[in-house]
Amino acid sequence: MKIVVPVKRVIDYNVKPRVKADGTGVDLANVKMSMNPFDEIAVEEAIRLKEKGVATEIVAVSIGPAKAQETLRTALAMGADRAILIQTDDEVEPLGVAKLLAKVAAEETPGLVILGKQAIDDDSNQTGQMLAALLGWPQGTFASKVELAGDKVDVTREVDGGLETVKLAMPAIVTTDLRLNEPRYASLPNIMKAKSKPLATKTPADYDVDVAPRLETLKVSEPAKRQAGIKVADVDELVAKLKALGVAA
Amino acid sequence: MKTLVWVEHDNASVKDATLAAVTAASKLGEVDLLVAGKGCGAVAEQAAKIAGVAKVHLADDAAYENALAENVAPLVVALMAGHDAFVAPATSNGKNIAPRVAALLDVAQVSDILSVEGPKTFTRPTYAGNAIATVESSDAKLVITVRGTAFEKAAREGGSAAVEAIASTGDTGLSSFVGAEIAKSERPELTSAKVIVSGGRALKDAETFQQVIFPLADKVGAAVGASRAAVDAGYVPNDYQVGQTGKIVAPEVYIAVGISGAIQHLAGMKDSKTIIAINKDEDAPIFQVADIGLVGDLFKVVPELTEKL
Repeated sequence: MKIVVPVKRVIDYNVKPRVKADGTGVDLANVKMSMNPFDEIAVEEAIRLKEKGVATEIVAVSIGPAKAQETLRTALAMGADRAILIQTDDEVEPLGVAKLLAKVAAEETPGLVILGKQAIDDDSNQTGQMLAALLGWPQGTFASKVELAGDKVDVTREVDGGLETVKLAMPAIVTTDLRLNEPRYASLPNIMKAKSKPLATKTPADYDVDVAPRLETLKVSEPAKRQAGIKVADVDELVAKLKALGVAA
Repeated sequence: MKTLVWVEHDNASVKDATLAAVTAASKLGEVDLLVAGKGCGAVAEQAAKIAGVAKVHLADDAAYENALAENVAPLVVALMAGHDAFVAPATSNGKNIAPRVAALLDVAQVSDILSVEGPKTFTRPTYAGNAIATVESSDAKLVITVRGTAFEKAAREGGSAAVEAIASTGDTGLSSFVGAEIAKSERPELTSAKVIVSGGRALKDAETFQQVIFPLADKVGAAVGASRAAVDAGYVPNDYQVGQTGKIVAPEVYIAVGISGAIQHLAGMKDSKTIIAINKDEDAPIFQVADIGLVGDLFKVVPELTEKL
């Protein structure tokens, strides 16, 4: 069974984003970029399924600028077998990404597509569900456990009240939540080896998909700031403050 | 504009998240509701009483019992022939179902809206709430999820909408529900609690978390939350997590105990009315957003606080 894992190049998790002064977006010039953390979890899960002998090949896919190659090389260094870059400098919305991935899935015929549940830049949380809809496949979103059994996959999902488990007919879509696994670091030999793994470069036009945006960003602004308040000296003072707030009688 | 709002429920009662979605939808136009479930007639009756609702569509079928997106999405798509916008609360069900509907309608979804600025213009958080984007849709129909803390709750009483039973679109057979581990708690629900006591990694382990945080929460009738670090370390289950990828909360009073204040955590609680921080590190970022701070050893301070309240 083949697994397709889409990965996105985003601002590094540890970098505090700065809104540009002209309100057109977030300043990404000279900012450290990395693989979206949820996508790292997706790559790791695919590798574990391969190590268990369930999966045979892992194909990493990224849609983005030429530099998204670095993100794909990271996936290859972790353990993916080959990569596809659908190169574009335009911003592609989740619906456009899902349409491109649906074409890739039609070509590659994977048993699973494992995606991050959301990217930490646009925080949309849409692509996996949209891809499932376009392919007519079931979806196991926000996964904290993935277990294959024959032609079905059991996905335990992190939901508002706790956990729930669904059984999906394969092929299926899985989107990862934080506690599915802890992604490995690529070792230096594997980083070297990844340089010679195959990476195909395509364009959205190759797939005959219209990825024109449907949403126009009119403005990007900083959220209202909170002011730091006061410090109290001891518990008695805090108790008085809490009583004033009506928290205790 | 005619809107269709997804009613979040457990086949017994309407969940609060629905009420914020109704308020958001009412800013766009007429509000119809969809109650999809099994044996959920009581939910439809409650939904019909929500202020400002024009009509309740009731789809009562085993296929909808557990809100499986594969079964629900085709039902919503069928109803969207007569509606201009699908509006869902940004709950785990809403986030699961809405994008599936959007793709079937060939529409770009607007996720997690904070405000309605115009008929097709909304604000929404990006970069963990560090950048607020104002976006305008060019699609003929809208698909939106609504951040519950950003809108007032519509009144549960005052409406008298008609309930119309609609035909099931059936079971796709793509997925089935196996089971759930839903925590039962006497404490208030995290997303609708007036007071929240949250613990961080400094609580050491699950037992200590329970011994320190739970008595304080119970003393003041609060819900219990946790930082991602505390959840990852296994102190409490995932449904306690407050933050960018957990629950977004905005209580009257948020008490953060032993939480340093990573941006991912702040994204989930910075709209709280009053933030109180207890931390031994006086330089912890949590103090930059806290209204009231107490620098001290939480293992001494919190039991003393619990006793004196």
